[in-house]
Amino acid sequence: MTAPLHLTLDWADWLNLFAHFLTLSLMSVGGAISTSSEMHRFLVEQHHWLTQEQFNQSIALAQAAPGPNVLFVALMGWHVGMNAGSTGAALFGVLVTMVGIMTPSTVITYAAARWGHRNRDLRAVRAFKQGMAPIVIALLLSTAWIMASSVGGGVLVHWPLWLTAVVSGLVIWRTRIHLLWLLAAGAVLGALGVI
Amino acid sequence: MNSTPPDLAPHPRPRPSPQSLSDLFVSFTLLALQGFGGVLAVVQREMVDRKRWLTQEEFIEDWAVAQIMPGPNVVNLSLMIGGRYFGVPGALAALAGLLAVPLVLVLILAVLHARFADNAPVAGALRGMAAVCAGLIGAAGLRLAGALKKSPLPLPWCVALSAAGFILVALLKCPLAWVLFGLGGLSCVLTYRRLKA
Repeated sequence: MTAPLHLTLDWADWLNLFAHFLTLSLMSVGGAISTSSEMHRFLVEQHHWLTQEQFNQSIALAQAAPGPNVLFVALMGWHVGMNAGSTGAALFGVLVTMVGIMTPSTVITYAAARWGHRNRDLRAVRAFKQGMAPIVIALLLSTAWIMASSVGGGVLVHWPLWLTAVVSGLVIWRTRIHLLWLLAAGAVLGALGVI
Repeated sequence: MNSTPPDLAPHPRPRPSPQSLSDLFVSFTLLALQGFGGVLAVVQREMVDRKRWLTQEEFIEDWAVAQIMPGPNVVNLSLMIGGRYFGVPGALAALAGLLAVPLVLVLILAVLHARFADNAPVAGALRGMAAVCAGLIGAAGLRLAGALKKSPLPLPWCVALSAAGFILVALLKCPLAWVLFGLGGLSCVLTYRRLKA
């Protein structure tokens, strides 16, 4: 467990946070989750605005709750604000991170959907569409790796956690089982201290 | 900006469609509340199979654009579906429906969790769920890898590009922008050249 953070954030910090999420939004091809490794680098490693536990729990809670997974971004903003000391700051954190992550991608996607629909046979459009695929896959696998190593630590020491991640990955990949069953199983195993 | 762009305008033939902006909002709220750990599959079932606001082909086409554009796929998809019927206001209504109620729920969960965070079983449960999520995200990557077979690039090139991306991001912790614009740009240029024929 890392010690709780007590932050003092001034306007320059909030602006920095907002600008960072605006940039991440532009890069979030494949979903906001593909930029989570960059969020980790910025929030946890560089600025120490968020603890490792808070980072992991933001992603896990958003997965466990109904709704789009992008809400993990709101939870990160919430935790940064709570670390800065108040519920008001937490709500402001939600506003800053969510407006930041949503606005650029939303505007671009809406404009591009119209443009791309008209020009879907263009060579450049097809090249972008198919050329980004290997990178999107690499980003998803990287996120999985970073999450597993942050919850699990070393493979040898915490092998049951790694095993859980690998087994659930294989089950989700190969079957159509509802994700809730696996999340529940993971929660029960974790609560009982098995993993 | 036109409120109903011509290429997103309703099709001439009669078909089910959202009645109003509030119909869009409510439909997307209900849809979002059914999706645990992701909403994309629910969109397909609700919008295509049940409400028939979209055909299967339109869904696949929109999904491809949603996938390649920045932003969460399901958010992009909701923008396009809303925009198809009501232009910008429709896009915003669908987006608000998708996010508003789930946002409140997830914040309530965060508050409850903070209250019980010191409880060992709760911490353990979250650790277990995080491990499952790591598997889920990895599985999404593996599932998408099937699409590489249809790439104009030879499969070994795709695998090499993916492996390079993984090493740069996961192991060397390179900033994402370098990888996206450097390696991604390279991949797009290679694909462009292969598409020449």
